[in-house]
Amino acid sequence: MSKIIQKEEDRTVLSGEYFTTGNLAAAEGALAAGCKFFGGYPITPSSEIAEHMSYRLPQVGGHFLQFEDEIASIVSILGASWGGWKSMTATSGPGYSLMLENIGLGIMTETPCVIINVQRGGPSTGLPTLVGQQDIQQTRWGSHGDYEVIVLAPNSVQECFDLVIVAFNYAEKYRLPVTLLMDETLGHMSEKLIIPKKDDIKIINRKKPKDDPSSHLPYKADEDLVPPMATAGEGYRVITTGLTHDERGYPVLDAETQEKLLRRLINKIKKNKDDIILLEEYKLKDAELIIISFGISARASKGAIELARKKGIKVGLLRLITIWPFADEHIEKLAEKVDNILVVEINSGQVTREVQRAVKGKANVHGVLKHGGAIHTPEEILSEIERRVK
Amino acid sequence: MTSELLKAEEHPSDVFLRPGRIPHIWCPGCSLGSITNVIIQAIKQSGIDSKKIAIISGIGCTGRAAGYLNFDSFHTTHGRAIPFAIGLSVTDPERKVIVISGDGDLASIGGNHLIHGARRNADITVICVNNFQYGMTGGQVGPTSYEGQFQTTAPYGNVEHPFDLPGLAYSCGATFVARWTALDVRRMKETIIEAILHKGFSFVEILGSCPTTYGRRNQLREGLEILENFRKRTVLQHGADPTKTEISKDGPIIVGKFVEIKDKSTLTDNLLKVQRIAKATKTRGL
Repeated sequence: MSKIIQKEEDRTVLSGEYFTTGNLAAAEGALAAGCKFFGGYPITPSSEIAEHMSYRLPQVGGHFLQFEDEIASIVSILGASWGGWKSMTATSGPGYSLMLENIGLGIMTETPCVIINVQRGGPSTGLPTLVGQQDIQQTRWGSHGDYEVIVLAPNSVQECFDLVIVAFNYAEKYRLPVTLLMDETLGHMSEKLIIPKKDDIKIINRKKPKDDPSSHLPYKADEDLVPPMATAGEGYRVITTGLTHDERGYPVLDAETQEKLLRRLINKIKKNKDDIILLEEYKLKDAELIIISFGISARASKGAIELARKKGIKVGLLRLITIWPFADEHIEKLAEKVDNILVVEINSGQVTREVQRAVKGKANVHGVLKHGGAIHTPEEILSEIERRVK
Repeated sequence: MTSELLKAEEHPSDVFLRPGRIPHIWCPGCSLGSITNVIIQAIKQSGIDSKKIAIISGIGCTGRAAGYLNFDSFHTTHGRAIPFAIGLSVTDPERKVIVISGDGDLASIGGNHLIHGARRNADITVICVNNFQYGMTGGQVGPTSYEGQFQTTAPYGNVEHPFDLPGLAYSCGATFVARWTALDVRRMKETIIEAILHKGFSFVEILGSCPTTYGRRNQLREGLEILENFRKRTVLQHGADPTKTEISKDGPIIVGKFVEIKDKSTLTDNLLKVQRIAKATKTRGL
């Protein structure tokens, strides 16, 4: 049962052991990361995150606001981030669709924040209370224009907690909105969560400028392609615009400025891929067939691997913890070892097509696909495994 | 004295404008230059530490104001200045957040945020420059266009009825509501000072002149003609009932400070109150 902690001086990290849901774990992870502002709009199956934040944020000196829609929610967290507060929103597919334009504003203005998408079946209103993994490509390409993003996918209640913290760290380090792609099953299922001691949690905060405000160039990047970030009230006269801008932050509407800005925004993610991409390798060493999966589908895949191995079929799993940027090079290397790769996902092949692209013809790639409403059973995946090893 | 004046290369407002950003993009005859100067004077005379000022704009001609002003300034997306302002304002109760945007931005695409911002009595100031149509995109009809107004998407005259912005803001819960025309620079300045210092949602509508895309389609070819038209029709009426201030094609334009309510709790007040309650509450388990 839950352990109650009563430490007046700091209630941001409720260290201890719990039996709880993915949604609550994600909310607690945000608090542990230092989130102080949540702007959100109710939507199934993510609402418990907002509910828990409304209860917990005022306890730790933060604010919760429920907005009139998801558009206001995403914009409000950009505003709070420029006020110097770590900020987050949580939603599901329909809400994420509404947020997309302003996720683009966050990318263009290099604003750190975190968006949780607890996926349900779509399109449209779809399956509000049932699982889906159909927003993979939407998180990558949904806002207009060219850009790079960071998207993480947990597969356990513990990882919902852990990866929200990683999402905040990446958001602060690389200055962009980072998405945590959960799903309905993960959000609502209960399992063990261990919240570590505060000192054992690694926290990254945005770089601050050290130069004189009078000569400060707010969008002049360091070697890592990320500029230090002043926030409102510090005397730097912060300037942001969604228009193409130069190092001063002034709108300059020409091809040269566009080229320079977009190359940097794209490369600050691309050139730091090794730092950003997180993967789990499971029983890959002797594998004759590889499953690539993520999120809740990776849990079902592990079950299938156990069943297959009992039958003498050597199957392993590559689990994508970071979905975007995509682990192209890693997957290409794996493809050299096997004839067949199965991609298990609850959509019509959104990651499958990325794997097909990444393997460059070195292995056959087959999607093991469902369209939402239920997760795969291990037996369903096993029958696909058996079909491919015959 | 004369030689000193000749030597002076700086305008007294220069320090409040970002270096190298002038000349602005606004057309000859547009009132946004003088309105921006009035806003600068008001901020200056309000006595507020400039570090505590933040300017938020949406998209459109007025939306460009944020980028010229040398305060913390944020040029956001179309219609979304108000929720950005709310997110920013609650992170520091002493921060004065001023939204400067147009009627299309605030009342059409951003209309939902305007009414809910007012309902919350969010501690922000909204200055809405109303030029009766969409200027930057070439003069399309908008939510403040009066019936029969000619615009590029209303070639036979506007078929819709306009929003009366002070009435809208007041009915949704704004606690400070005023309207001036671009001609009333002195009164506009006094009102903006009051609006900035007001605790809660303050809404100031300023009727602006847009000869390029509004005036020339509606028999008001020059900026001066629009201002002259405002002057003739203006009726000063402090404390006017904001539900009776609608603007028609030729009728009177009621201006003044319509509403000032001081005893309604603001969003920030209530958030801080909730924090005090929550901090005294024991944390239940997960």
